[in-house]
Amino acid sequence: MEQYCEREGNCLRVRVPKELDHHEAGRLKLEADMMIDAYHVKTLIFDFGETEFMDSSGIGVLIGRSKKMGYYGGEVYAQNLNGRVQKIFRVSGLHALIQTDMPKGE
Amino acid sequence: MMQSKNEMKLSFDARSVNEGFARVAVAAFITELNPTLDEVADVKTAVSEAVTNAIIHGYDDPCEKVELVCRIEGNQVEIAVTDTGKGIPDVAKAMEPFYTTKPELERSGMGFAFIEAFMDEVQVTSEVDRGTRVWMRKRIGAQEG
Repeated sequence: MEQYCEREGNCLRVRVPKELDHHEAGRLKLEADMMIDAYHVKTLIFDFGETEFMDSSGIGVLIGRSKKMGYYGGEVYAQNLNGRVQKIFRVSGLHALIQTDMPKGE
Repeated sequence: MMQSKNEMKLSFDARSVNEGFARVAVAAFITELNPTLDEVADVKTAVSEAVTNAIIHGYDDPCEKVELVCRIEGNQVEIAVTDTGKGIPDVAKAMEPFYTTKPELERSGMGFAFIEAFMDEVQVTSEVDRGTRVWMRKRIGAQEG
């Protein structure tokens, strides 16, 4: 049973945990990669609806999965970012790499 | 004008589960300064980066200890995260954005950049085979001017 992932066809939704740090990153990566490989995922959605904390370890997770999806010609989205996660995306430049529902022009 | 003075010290195993513990402990400790939610999140992120670095890069043995000292003086919070592990041969290089010695672990190389972005001042001192100390400071209440 998956802890983080929900799949519908070849679309995978990753429910990012409340806190995404180095401690949580390992398990999330393993599960997401297993699902991406097993089900030929074409669309990967990181859902940050529950997420209150993310540090640079989380950036590593997102960049790694984006690269992987790039090899497969898939697309990556990040949704439901709260203000804090948006700040982390901006500071790291991640919003240029991953499509988000963040307000534009900032 | 607030003139708080307070200090605490933590010593914990170099285990990833303690990354969350360390940042929550610091967040709780600085509540007396009435920080904004954003200021608390900035400090938590910086602590998480420094502690994660110590755990991943400082040591191979999770029984080794990471030490964290947090001091409040007036409206400033100072935090020092110290390990007695491997040390960093070239601190300037280590602080460059995207530089990482562990790309296989998908480290983003953004740790020090995050600390610099979220704190007012950062100093990193390190000696190979002796360990690393990350000292950082932030003024709380700066956002209100």
